[in-house]
Amino acid sequence: MSEAKIQIKNLYKIFGKNPKGAMENVKNGVGKDELLEKHNHVLGLKDINLDIHAQSVQVVMGLSGSGKSTLIRHINRLIEPTDGSVTVDGDEVLKMNEEELRSFRRSKTAMVFQRFALLPHKTVLQNTIFGLHIQNISEEDANKSALRWIERVGLSGYEDKYPQHLSGGMQQRVGLARALTNDGDILLMDEAFSALDPLIRKDMQDILLELQDELHKTVVFITHDLDEALKIGDRIAILKDGIMDQEGIPAEILLNPKTKYVKDFVEDVNRARVIKAKHIMSEINGQDLSGAMPIDQDDFIDRFIDKVISDKPDNLIIQDKDKKNVGFLSTKKLSEILKR
Amino acid sequence: MSNFLTDFPEMPNKQFREFKKGVDASYKDFAREWGDLIDAMFDPLLKMLVFFEKTLIATPWPIFMIVLLGLTYWGSRSIKLVIGTFLAFVFIGYFRMWDETMSTIAIILTSVIMSVVIGLPTGIAMSRSDRTQSIVTPILDVMQTMPPFVYLIPIVMLMGIGKIPGLIAVVIYAIPPLIRLTNLGIREVDKEALEAADAFGATKKQKLYQVQLPLALPTIFAGINQTIMMALAMVIIASMIGVKGLGQPVLQSIYNQYFTKGVLYGLAIVIVAIVFDRVSQSYGQRIQKHRSGKIV
Ligand SMILES: Nc1ncnc2c1ncn2[C@@H]1O[C@H](COP(=O)(O)OP(=O)(O)O)[C@@H](O)[C@H]1O
Ligand SMILES: [Mg+2]
Repeated sequence: MSEAKIQIKNLYKIFGKNPKGAMENVKNGVGKDELLEKHNHVLGLKDINLDIHAQSVQVVMGLSGSGKSTLIRHINRLIEPTDGSVTVDGDEVLKMNEEELRSFRRSKTAMVFQRFALLPHKTVLQNTIFGLHIQNISEEDANKSALRWIERVGLSGYEDKYPQHLSGGMQQRVGLARALTNDGDILLMDEAFSALDPLIRKDMQDILLELQDELHKTVVFITHDLDEALKIGDRIAILKDGIMDQEGIPAEILLNPKTKYVKDFVEDVNRARVIKAKHIMSEINGQDLSGAMPIDQDDFIDRFIDKVISDKPDNLIIQDKDKKNVGFLSTKKLSEILKR
Repeated sequence: MSNFLTDFPEMPNKQFREFKKGVDASYKDFAREWGDLIDAMFDPLLKMLVFFEKTLIATPWPIFMIVLLGLTYWGSRSIKLVIGTFLAFVFIGYFRMWDETMSTIAIILTSVIMSVVIGLPTGIAMSRSDRTQSIVTPILDVMQTMPPFVYLIPIVMLMGIGKIPGLIAVVIYAIPPLIRLTNLGIREVDKEALEAADAFGATKKQKLYQVQLPLALPTIFAGINQTIMMALAMVIIASMIGVKGLGQPVLQSIYNQYFTKGVLYGLAIVIVAIVFDRVSQSYGQRIQKHRSGKIV
C-alpha cells in the first residue's frame, strides 16, 4: 500500500465558548448528547485517526450531523481544530501561517461543495478559472486549461452561461471543472452529489470514476449514501456523533461491521455486488480441490454466482491473474455469507 | 413632599442657564478656533459642487437633454422611461424652473458621491467586525431619528450659512441607508460562496472584490437608491441654510403664500425624484440580469 498522503491524528473539534475546557470532559468519555445538554458545547469530532493514501478515494460516511463536513474542512483548514494534527505530504497543515496556508490551498487542494457554491455573477468559464484567476495566472493560460476541463465534464457550449441558467447537475459539473482546473492532487468533495437527482447523481459518479481512472488524485469523498460510498470508495470511514466507528475497505465493513450503527448501515446492501472472491477466500491448506470451480480473485460475487448455482460445485478455487491458485472457498461458506 | 411627587425634581433654573451657557460658549470657542480649518478641509468639496452647478447651468438645454436621455436609456434600456423623462424636463423648462433644477441636481450628485465615498467603506468595515457594527449602528439610529433642524444648528454655528453646511446636512440625513444596506448586503452573502473562495486560496481583498461586493451589489444598490431619494427630500430643509435650488422657491412660497409657485416647484422636486428613482432602479436590475432568466 502506498504512503499516507493525508494523515489525521488525534483530531478533536469542539464547538462552543470554551472548547479547550470542554476537552477534559470529552476525554473523560462524555458523549455528544451529554456534552450539549450539560456543558453547552457541541462535539464535532473526537479523537479521529485516519490515513488517506495517495491516489485513492477515501469515503467518509455518516448520518447528517455526524461530523463529516467538519472533518473534511480540517484537511484544508477551513476549520481550526481544538486539538490534534493534520499532515499533508508530511507537512503539518495546522502550523502553516496565513501565506503558507493560502499557497497550500492554491496548489495542493481543490474542493467541490454540496450546494455547488458557484459565483452567480460569473459565467461558467469565469467560475471555472476562479482558482487560477486569484493566483494572477494570465487569462490566456487560465482559459486554456479551464476550457479543457469544461469540455471534459461535458459543458462545452455553455461557457458564457451564468450558473442560474443551468440545472443542478450542470452546476455541479462546473463545480467539478473548477476544482479540476486548479490541478492540486487532492480533491475534497463534501456531499458533492447529494443534492442531485438519482439519475444525474449516477452520471456524476460515473464521470468522477472515469476521471479518477485517468488522474489518480487523492480524493476525499463525503456522502451519507452507502450505495454511493461502495461505488466510489477504495476505503470507507464511518462517522457517528463525531466518532469514527470503523474504517476499512468496503468488503471488510460489510463482512465485519464493528458496531450496531455500522451494521444498520450495511444491512440492506446487496453483498454480491460489493464483495470480491479474494475478500472471503481462505488459505489453501490441504483441502480437496478436485472438481473445484476456478474463479478470478478480483471478480465480484455476482459475476460468478450464477455459474456456481448452475454447476453446483462443492468448492471454488480462487486464482490470480496468472491462473495461479491463491485461495479456497467452499460453496457452503459462500452461501452463508450471502444469507447473513 | 407633595411637591416632590407632582413636580419632577429638576435642575434649578440658574444652574440650567449656566449649563447651557457653558456648553454654548465652549462650542463657540471650538467653532472660532477650528471653523476656518474645517472650512478649508471642505474646500475641494465646495469646488466640486460649484463645478457641477456651473457646468449644468452653462450647458445649453438641448445638449443637457440629449445627455440626460442618453443616460436614461443606457441605465434603463426603456424607451418609455426616456419619453417620460423628456416630458418631465419639458415641463420643468417651460415653467421656468430649469436653473433651480440644475442646482438641485448638482447638490444631489455631490452628496450622493460623498455618501458613497464615505458610506461604502463604513458599511464594509461594519460588515467585517461585530464590534464596529455595534458602535456604528447606534450612531446611525441617532442620525436617522434626530430631526435635521437640530443638527443644522451646530453645523451653521461652525461653518455659517452656505453650500457646504447644506451639503453636510444632506449627507448626514441621506447616508444611513447606504451604510446599513452595504453592511447587510455583505453579511448576507452566501456562506458557501465565501467558503469556496477561501478553499481556493483567495486573499481577503480578493474575497471582498470578487465575492462579497458583487454578491451584495443589489442590496448596496437599493441603499444608493434610498440615499438619492432622501437627499432629494432634504432639498427644502437644506435651502433654509443657503443651498440654492428647487427648495428655496418652495420656502418662499410658504412664507408668502404663493400657492401656484409652491406647487410647481414641489412638482419639479417630485419629477426629479421619480426620474432618478426609476433610472437608478432599472439600472440596478439590469446589472443583475444574470440572476433572472430561464434554465437551459
Ligand atoms: N460552527 C458550528 N458551531 C456549532 N456547532 C457546529 C458548527 N458546525 C457544525 N456544528 C455541529 O457539529 C456537528 C457536525 O456537523 P457537520 O460536520 O456539519 O455534520 P455533517 O456534515 O456530517 O452533517 C453537528 O452537530 C453540527 O450541529
Ligand atoms: Mg455536511
